[in-house]
Amino acid sequence: MKTIITAVAAVAFAGAMAVDTKSAMAADGPTLKAVKARGEVICGVHQGRYGFAIADSQGKWKGLDVDFCRAVAAATLGDSEKVKYIPLGSVQRFPALQSGEVDMLSRTTTITLTRDAALGFNFGPPTFYTGTGFMVRKSIGATTVDQMGGAAICVFPGSTTEKNIASLFKSKGMKFTPVVIESSKQLVGAYMSGRCDVLAMDQAGLPGHQQYDAKNPADHLIIPGVYSKEPLGIGVRAGDDQWFDIIKWVTHATFNAEEWGVSKANVDKMVKSNDPNVKRLLGVSGDLGKKLGLDKQWAYRIIKQVGNYGEIYETNWGPPLNLARGINNLWTNGGLMYGFPMK
Amino acid sequence: MAQDSQSGPAVGDQPKGDTSILNSMAFRGIAYQVLLAICVVLGGLYLYVNVNANLDRQGIATGWDFVTENAGFDIGESPIPYDSEDTYGFALWVGVLNTLRVAVVGIVLATILGVFMGIARTSRNWLLSKVANVYVEVCRNVPVVLHVLFWATVVRFLPAPRQAIIPFDGAYLMNRGVVFPIPNEHPAYVWVGVAFVLGIVGAVVLGRWAQRRRELTGQYIPTFWWGLAIITGLPMVAWLVQGAPLSWNVPALKGFNFQGGMALSPEYAALVIGVTVYTGAFIAEIVRAGIQAVPHGQIEAARALGLRPGFIMRYITMPQALRIIVPPTASQFLSLTKNSSLGVLIGYPDLVNIGNTTLNQTGQAVEAITIMMIVYLSISLTISTAMNLYNRLVAIKER
Repeated sequence: MKTIITAVAAVAFAGAMAVDTKSAMAADGPTLKAVKARGEVICGVHQGRYGFAIADSQGKWKGLDVDFCRAVAAATLGDSEKVKYIPLGSVQRFPALQSGEVDMLSRTTTITLTRDAALGFNFGPPTFYTGTGFMVRKSIGATTVDQMGGAAICVFPGSTTEKNIASLFKSKGMKFTPVVIESSKQLVGAYMSGRCDVLAMDQAGLPGHQQYDAKNPADHLIIPGVYSKEPLGIGVRAGDDQWFDIIKWVTHATFNAEEWGVSKANVDKMVKSNDPNVKRLLGVSGDLGKKLGLDKQWAYRIIKQVGNYGEIYETNWGPPLNLARGINNLWTNGGLMYGFPMK
Repeated sequence: MAQDSQSGPAVGDQPKGDTSILNSMAFRGIAYQVLLAICVVLGGLYLYVNVNANLDRQGIATGWDFVTENAGFDIGESPIPYDSEDTYGFALWVGVLNTLRVAVVGIVLATILGVFMGIARTSRNWLLSKVANVYVEVCRNVPVVLHVLFWATVVRFLPAPRQAIIPFDGAYLMNRGVVFPIPNEHPAYVWVGVAFVLGIVGAVVLGRWAQRRRELTGQYIPTFWWGLAIITGLPMVAWLVQGAPLSWNVPALKGFNFQGGMALSPEYAALVIGVTVYTGAFIAEIVRAGIQAVPHGQIEAARALGLRPGFIMRYITMPQALRIIVPPTASQFLSLTKNSSLGVLIGYPDLVNIGNTTLNQTGQAVEAITIMMIVYLSISLTISTAMNLYNRLVAIKER
């Protein structure tokens, strides 16, 4: 009897902790109000992935995901530097958003039906398209996935990649040994030290590890082609439509700015443009900002402080990573980035 | 200062000789317990309803349906056949078995290491006691996380499969772990196993007989070598009688990795070594404390009788020391079991690792964590119960 009571108490305690975080968040009210009162956007990012989110030697965060955190801060608070970055592992990221620990999750997160519907999230438009890719050591002599039967594969836990590889190898009738580690450093370290033959993750993550983490980048080969669809987007908690709208239209504003030729350098000149689209975007005419609960200059500040999508891409994926834009180009250039009308 | 206090209840408020049930000791005892039980249940119910309501409001899926859903991910190592098309429930079960695999082996090894080091620390051999001392101080003062990470790094520095170290023919030591040959299955091995069990029973019976004899006649009969001969001899005889069948399943390098034989992953090795070395240091201290707590007069008396040191340790010191050693060692076993969850850091697919993946794929954090808690609780309570039973065995028998 004693042990049963102990067990019940233990489970109840865990439940109590879960409740605590939930009710604390409910009292916050709409996210925008909380963000303004705090004077800071709390943004969940990757612990360290080149091109998406990585802290440099001065502790300053850089990357495409980071730039979208900054864009949201610029739009809502007027200053792109007013962001608090919370580095999250692939497993912690969803509870962190659910519990209200972060306002937005800009962390190489693939948009899937389950995550959207069953996890209580909403996702903004994809900010990046990629797919599962593989990097191998050249010395093992595999140049295609078909030659990888029996390989040890390093992969993050709880990622879509983990499932993709399982079904890919099953469909090819091959076996593999997954080595599943959550910490980015430990996982890449395991691959580099030879514990795994293959490193599997979103293909866009691989060039960074090849360039910066390998002793000799030429010893490694990124297998051409992607093996899944991974549209990465910004996640927010369901139930706060205003905040969801802001995330959505901040993203579209960066797409449209590129399409309409508004850039960091010329935005002050473009304020005088006669293009009605640009005028509405920069708040010269209309009241788009007000409809989102923001001021007129929200999009102007995004472009001025962070840049349009093309500039964001070039900053993070240009040299030395040199990842070709491919499907991440604007739709007018044969890509998938398509800004919705801002009217 | 000397003012008399007027406060406090007046004596004799309650009428004497009241036979009301409220004054019955037995009734009160039960009433308080019932009240407490009701509070606990209500509290639990409140939390349960609250969690569900909150999860529902946020649109987060709840319930246990996911346990029977297709898991869809692979697991690096499993003591039972597992496939990515099995259910989440089965995947978690694999995690439980992997956790037990570390816990059981870790407990056995840590006990052996701890007892050896603990006895070594009390040794009069200067070198032996200093070596044990250094081991204890170094290992128990470094966090267990670092132990595990350290060993994980060490095993990674082993050579690649093609340049593997070959300690003996057919066995390979490399950064993919250890592979070694195992005998192919054969029906004769069942009988060898039966003979082995019979051998153990035989050795125990022999020991009992020798003890009875000693108590009756005072004659000391050494049984260790005879017992060992029975335990190893019987299976050998069983094996030879059936025609001595033996063929080895020898591992061979195919493609990327070794196929065949028995393989232990580097993560498993690192985790077992890490928790064993750490917990062993604590057990060593407990054993030393136990031994030193035995009154010195006992040992001097034994020496005066002309008993050999090994005999004194076995028959005089240890039976008394065990009474002190067993209870704290039980909590070391518990902490070792819980520390095995650090496997998640180095990629060992234990319960927490697979639980994390499940949590992430399904998004059902409360359920996944509840499962993990219940499993660890069950394992810990089982160890506790077993150790309590053993403790009753070695405790002073009050007759």
